[in-house]
Amino acid sequence: MALLQISDLHVEFASRFGVHKAITGYNLKLEAGEIHGLVGESGAGKTTIGGAILGLLPGAGAVTGGTIDLDGLNLTEMSENKRHALRGKRVSMIFQDPQTSLNPLLTIEEQLVETIRHHLGLAGGAARDRAIALLQEVGLTDAKARIIDYPHQFSGGMRQRVVIALALASEPDLIIADEPTTALDVAVQKQILKLIRKLAKERQVGIVFITHDMGVIAEVTDTVSVLLDGQLVEAGTTAAVLSDPQQPYTKNLIASVPRIDQRIERFPELQTAKRERADAAFQVDGASAGFASDWLLSGAETPAGHDTDVLDVDNLSVVFSTNRGLFARADELRAAKNIGFRIGAGETLGLVGESGSGKSTVAKAIVGIHPAQTGSVTLFGEPLEVRRRRPRQDPSRRQIQMIFQDPYSSLNNRWRVENIISEPIRFYGLASDPADIRRITASMLSLVGLPHGSLLKYPHQFSGGQRQRIAIARALVARPTMLICDEPTSALDVSVQAQVLNLFKDIQAAFGLSILFISHDLPVVRQVSDRIVVMRQGEAVEAGDSETFFAAPTHDYSRMLLAEMPSTEMLADPDELAGPADHSI
Amino acid sequence: MSRWREAWHQAVLESEPLYLFTRSPTAVIAAGFLSIILLAVLLAPWIAPTDPYDLRTFDILDSLLPPVWSEGSDPRFVLGTDDQGRDLLSSILYGARLSIMIGVGAIVFAILMGVGLGLTAGYIGGRFDMIVMRIADVQLSLPAILTALLVDGIARGILPREGHDRLMFFVLVVAIGLSLWVNFARTARASTFVERNKEYVQAAEIMGLAPWRIMVTHILPNILGPLMVIMTVDLAVAVLLEATLSFLGVGVPADQPSLGTLIRIGTSYMFSGEWWVVLIPSGALIALIISVNVLGDFLRDALNPRLR
Repeated sequence: MALLQISDLHVEFASRFGVHKAITGYNLKLEAGEIHGLVGESGAGKTTIGGAILGLLPGAGAVTGGTIDLDGLNLTEMSENKRHALRGKRVSMIFQDPQTSLNPLLTIEEQLVETIRHHLGLAGGAARDRAIALLQEVGLTDAKARIIDYPHQFSGGMRQRVVIALALASEPDLIIADEPTTALDVAVQKQILKLIRKLAKERQVGIVFITHDMGVIAEVTDTVSVLLDGQLVEAGTTAAVLSDPQQPYTKNLIASVPRIDQRIERFPELQTAKRERADAAFQVDGASAGFASDWLLSGAETPAGHDTDVLDVDNLSVVFSTNRGLFARADELRAAKNIGFRIGAGETLGLVGESGSGKSTVAKAIVGIHPAQTGSVTLFGEPLEVRRRRPRQDPSRRQIQMIFQDPYSSLNNRWRVENIISEPIRFYGLASDPADIRRITASMLSLVGLPHGSLLKYPHQFSGGQRQRIAIARALVARPTMLICDEPTSALDVSVQAQVLNLFKDIQAAFGLSILFISHDLPVVRQVSDRIVVMRQGEAVEAGDSETFFAAPTHDYSRMLLAEMPSTEMLADPDELAGPADHSI
Repeated sequence: MSRWREAWHQAVLESEPLYLFTRSPTAVIAAGFLSIILLAVLLAPWIAPTDPYDLRTFDILDSLLPPVWSEGSDPRFVLGTDDQGRDLLSSILYGARLSIMIGVGAIVFAILMGVGLGLTAGYIGGRFDMIVMRIADVQLSLPAILTALLVDGIARGILPREGHDRLMFFVLVVAIGLSLWVNFARTARASTFVERNKEYVQAAEIMGLAPWRIMVTHILPNILGPLMVIMTVDLAVAVLLEATLSFLGVGVPADQPSLGTLIRIGTSYMFSGEWWVVLIPSGALIALIISVNVLGDFLRDALNPRLR
């Protein structure tokens, strides 16, 4: 008898656009001690399945068909009161963000003891002993002393351990873990995954593990099901599905995952179900991707070989000082210390490091929106102002363009796409005739693979990947020589990430741009970079050629980073998966 | 016809506030009520039976006539007359017109001042922000009515006697506007703080756009939502403030009565049986304030996803 058996589950959401079928015909069988991975891209319905198991679907959602069977109990026919008694006791949950899933005003002892008293009926000292034992079990060192601490006194990884202890406190049979490591740094992620695996085996708890990350799936799960738009695409043991996928969607999904151990020149372009309606009705005369590349090339500075430095950063240091109050002294934090690197024409430099390592600070100092304390930045040998406010008319403002991490905040939501992309043209005076400006703008859209009809739309009408394309078009239209990309794909799904990475490669090949590519994601950096700089706590610890770096990192920290990345060994070889790819710009 | 219906259907689907509006009977009723009031008030010169500002049109012999449904009424005066023999319906139409004009004027003044200062303070920060916000704190510690009385008093003192009545309109607008700008300044500043850290603002800064251009073309359109909520709620407050000032006798002159003036005139007759002189203008004021407030509440809920 399986611990959890879901058969033919249907979930629907009522909305003003009509009934949305979130899940159609999902099946799952989970044994005690087994970890089942639910993988899919955003909007695939992973979290909805978790919610349906717990009976916690958001307001408009309802299970409209199928059964969820927990150890012989049919959850879908149970009264809300009985389900309430079951939640927390037999089914518990681990949330994504340990910053928000613990109550900041209670000590972890109070939070654990509350759960233990409620579900296990232990009182006072016994409950406390139990809590300490749990914390020791999840690997919290010095649990006896630290149990009286508040959540903010723990680091992110430790906090997630406390969340796991809290989920285990009621001795549940089943745990739903919704992206439990997504908010954590890689090094911490590895430890937490190990812990989850160990606990599942020791305590014989069934775990439904929701994630978008194929590497994590390979690392932790026994069986896996792949979801696309609420439908089960493929299911089976993790090893079988990842190394020998049967369905085209799964094949493409796996082929889109950037590998730490190899560089993929071209990712397959995945056609997701959310297809664009063909906006053929709106066409701008004379606008095409070809026109865009001609226009971009016509304004290009003299092309140069790899030996010329486009950007030269030397000895750059940035200090943050906390806001000085009326009486308090300002505290100082060195965000970047003596950073130096150079980028040649047509070259991509990958700037790598964990969160808080100072990567973005360096980028902000280069583009001149955060002052640096020491050091210099030169563009084509011309020094740029980095210590004080850079003059507004400085030519570097056009030559260096930036692409941001979050495409949901980098576009002005109240502007039409036409205005967003044409703003640099008008501002830098690259064209003056309104018809020309519109033709260039529409051509830029063609170049990044969006229909001309997008001109008249607002950013909220686009998906994350499409928004990032618009952001890329806005950066390119200024005819820059240097592109600074700050985590440009971290907010995107893996298939969209693949498309955007392809786009970067195409653009670089066509226009010879130099790119500073900032990311915490080593496999992604490997796909695009010629050279690598690794940063840690504001310092550059290693710099070198990309291929040599990934083959044999010299610094201990780099070695540690590489070792902590979820292994992609189990994933099928992309060369075998990919069909013939023919894309040109 | 069906094309219009389809277009409306599409608009409702695409705009969340509009969709919620069609689903909220209270908001629809309030909006309907408000549009009737606004329409009546705008068309006052054409639909009012008499001109209450023209002393020649009313007769002291008609004074204190009750509304038509009471005994001893005169069919010429639907809602009765006041102590001067003025038609109450016409007075209310003209009075509400004046009240709303002053209210709207005051809000425009408060928006220009408050949003201008708040947006700049939020964007620039630093010392300018500190100074503006301390002034706002001082302003907040004074009751709105006190600020308005103060401005009113100063204006009465320094303005020449003869131009006084003519300028009273603007004095009231400034007096009420000054006591309300802080709401706009604080909201604009807080929203600007959120927006200025977003990447689209950084993108504009990297381009080298002038600060005023970033503020006006990039940030301002993005903070309009919360400002619109404050605007509707404060419009009710402004109309009420005007009524209060006029009630206290420091508002518009008695020969051009606003709603507040009418209520002040009415209070003397409250206990002598002529209830309509005070109750009918008060009812009109209450209806106006409530419908604006209900709409303001609705907007706040519709534009703030966290409250849903």
